[in-house]
Amino acid sequence: MTQEQMKSSRWKRWLLYVAAAFVLLALLIAWLNVRGEAPVEVGPQTAVAATPAQIERGAYLARAGNCMGCHSTAGSPEFAGGRGVDTPFGTVFAPNITPDPKTGIGNWSSSEFWRAMHHGRSKDGHLLYPAFPYPSYTNVTREDSDALYAYLRSVKAMEQANKAHALPFPYNTQAALAAWRAMFFRAGSLEPEPQKSAEWNRGRYLVDALAHCAACHSSRNFLGATSLNANFAGGLMPDEAWYAPSLADPKEAGFQKWSRQDAAKLLKDGLTSHAGVTGPMAEVVFSSTQYLSQQDLNAMVEYLAAIPVRETENKDVARGSSDVLARGGKLYERHCASCHGDKGQGVPSMYPPLAGNRAVLLDSPNNLVQIIRMGGFLPSTSGNPQPFGMPPFQQVLSSEDVAAVATYVRQSWGNSAPAVSVFAVHRVK
Amino acid sequence: MRLLVYFRTAAAALLFSAGPLSCWSQAAPAQPPAATPQNTMAQRMQACVVCHGREGRATDQGYFPRIAGKPAAYLYNQLQNFRSGLRRYEAMNHLVQHMSDDYLRDIAKYFAELDLPYPPAQVTKLTPEENRTAENLVLRGAPDRGIPACVSCHGQQMAGMLPAMPGLLTLPSDYLAAQMGAWRTGKRKAKAPDCMADVAKRLAPEEVSVVAKWLSAQTLPTGVKPAPPSGQPLPIRCGSGEQ
Repeated sequence: MTQEQMKSSRWKRWLLYVAAAFVLLALLIAWLNVRGEAPVEVGPQTAVAATPAQIERGAYLARAGNCMGCHSTAGSPEFAGGRGVDTPFGTVFAPNITPDPKTGIGNWSSSEFWRAMHHGRSKDGHLLYPAFPYPSYTNVTREDSDALYAYLRSVKAMEQANKAHALPFPYNTQAALAAWRAMFFRAGSLEPEPQKSAEWNRGRYLVDALAHCAACHSSRNFLGATSLNANFAGGLMPDEAWYAPSLADPKEAGFQKWSRQDAAKLLKDGLTSHAGVTGPMAEVVFSSTQYLSQQDLNAMVEYLAAIPVRETENKDVARGSSDVLARGGKLYERHCASCHGDKGQGVPSMYPPLAGNRAVLLDSPNNLVQIIRMGGFLPSTSGNPQPFGMPPFQQVLSSEDVAAVATYVRQSWGNSAPAVSVFAVHRVK
Repeated sequence: MRLLVYFRTAAAALLFSAGPLSCWSQAAPAQPPAATPQNTMAQRMQACVVCHGREGRATDQGYFPRIAGKPAAYLYNQLQNFRSGLRRYEAMNHLVQHMSDDYLRDIAKYFAELDLPYPPAQVTKLTPEENRTAENLVLRGAPDRGIPACVSCHGQQMAGMLPAMPGLLTLPSDYLAAQMGAWRTGKRKAKAPDCMADVAKRLAPEEVSVVAKWLSAQTLPTGVKPAPPSGQPLPIRCGSGEQ
C-alpha cells in the first residue's frame, strides 16, 4: 500500500466514525423524543361518550389552564385559534382546537389529545413547539386531559385554517425542535408529596401543571427553555415587552409575606386594597383565575406562599440627575398626583400607592414604562366589576418625559430603584 | 331645509369663533372632578378624558372624537368592536381588553348621558362647487349609486339618531376623512352588514374629503340631542343599527 493510499483509507475510517456518531446522536435524540410514550389509539371513534359532569369539569380545567388565552383570538369564535405568541425565535400561532374535523381537532382521539398534552406531539406525530406549554401540561393527569378533551369536543366546531408559524431557519425544522426537546423536555407527572398538606399538593398541581405559571414567571435560557433551578425566578415575557416578576422574591411578586386572604383576593378580583394586576396578569385574572373556586385559589396561594424565598441582592442604585428628577417631579404633579397622591400614597382600592409599590421598584423598568405609556384598567371581575384605570400617557408624554417621571417615582418617598434612561424607554417594546 | 338654514347661520357665527377656537384646542389637561378621588363613574372615566377631553379634542397625536352625548348603543358598539379588534386603535384596544360587557355598557351609558356644549366648528374653505357637492350628498345622497343621504341615518340635524347612529358634526375633518378612508380599505369594520363600509366604498375620495370638511364646518346649537328613532327602516342594511 502506498503512503497515499494509507492516508486516504485513514480519512475514510474517520469519516465513517463521524458519520456513525451522527447517526447515533440522531437516534438518541429521536429516542429521547418519544421515550415513555404509550401507543395511541387513533380517531374520534375510540372516544368514550362524555358525561355532562366530565364536560363541566373540562370547562373548569380549560379556565384553570387559560386555553382560550392563546387558542381564542379577540373577535373570533372561541378556541378557533389564530393568536400569535411572539418569541425571540419568531411567532408561533395557536391552532384551532374546536371539533371541526378539517381544521380543528375533530378527528383526534382522547389518547392523541393526551399525547399532545403529555408528550408535546401532534396527531400526525410531529413535534409541537413549547409555546404550547406542554413542559407544564405534561403534569396534567390523564383524567383531567380526558375531561378537557370531552369539553373541547362539546364546543362549537369552527372551520378556520391554522396559520403557519413565522419562524426562520433553523427554528422552523423538526430537527431543531427534536434537539431542543432532547435537552430540555421530559414528560412527567407530579407525584404527591405525602409530607405536605393536600392543599399544598393541589396548589402545586394547579400552579405547575394547568395554570403553567412557570411559563412566564421563570427565567429562560438563551434557547428559550425555563431552567428548573431558576423556577419562578421571574423573567422577561417571551414577547420581551413585559417582565414577569419573580414568585420567589417577596420584593417582586412573591406571596410569602402577604396574608393568604389578600393573595387569593388578588387572583379572584384582580385587586386588593393596596395592589392590582396589570398587563399580562390582568389577562390571566380576567380569563382564568377569577373563575376558579375559592378552594382552588386558596390551594394555589398555599403553594405559592411556600416557594422558598430567593431575594435579589441590593445593588447600588444609579440616581437620576437632579434635572431629570426635577422634570419628573413637575410631570408627576401635573399628571399623576391627582390620583396617586402627592406623596405617592394612592387611594385604597382605587389607585395603587407608588411609594413602596413592587411593580414600580422592579429592577427591570419594562412594566412601569408599559403602564405609563399604555395605561390600562384592572380587569372587570365579580369582585371589582367597574375597575379604575389609568390613561395611556404616551398620547401626551414624550420618551424623555416617560423616563423622567419613571425615574422620579422610583426615587421618591423612600423608593430606591435604578433611574430609567431614555434609551431604556425606547428599548421597551 | 331647516338644516341648511341653520348651517348658514352657523357659518356666520364661525367668523367670530376663531379666537376661542385656538384657546379651546389647547384646553388644559383634564383635572379630576374632586380634590380627593371619589368612588364614582366620573372618577373612573378620568382615564378617558386625557385624550377625549370633556368634548373630545384633536391633538398632534391623532384624532380624538367627541364621545359625550353620543347614543349609548353607538358607544357600546364601538367599545365592543375595540375589545374584539374589529375596530383597531392600539390605545383603545388596550384599555378595554379586560372589560366585561356590563362595564362597557356602563361606560357607554355614562358618556351618552353627558350633556355638554358642543365645541365651535372648524374653519374650512370650500369652493361653492364643493359646498354644493357636500350639501347634496349630506341632504340627498346619490340614490343612483346606492348612497343614502347622511341625514337619513344620522338624523335631520346630523346630531345622531337613537338608538345607535352617531352625530357627525363638530368632529375634526381629519378624523372624519380618516375613518372613511379606514372603512374604504377595510381597516375599520363594524358589525355586518357593514353599511358605512359600503357607503365609503361607493363615495369617490374627493367626495369623502369635501363631505368631511363640510361636516366639520357646521356648528350645533346648545341642547341638541340625538334624534329619536325615525320609525322608518334605514335606507341601507346596517349591522350596527339592527339592535
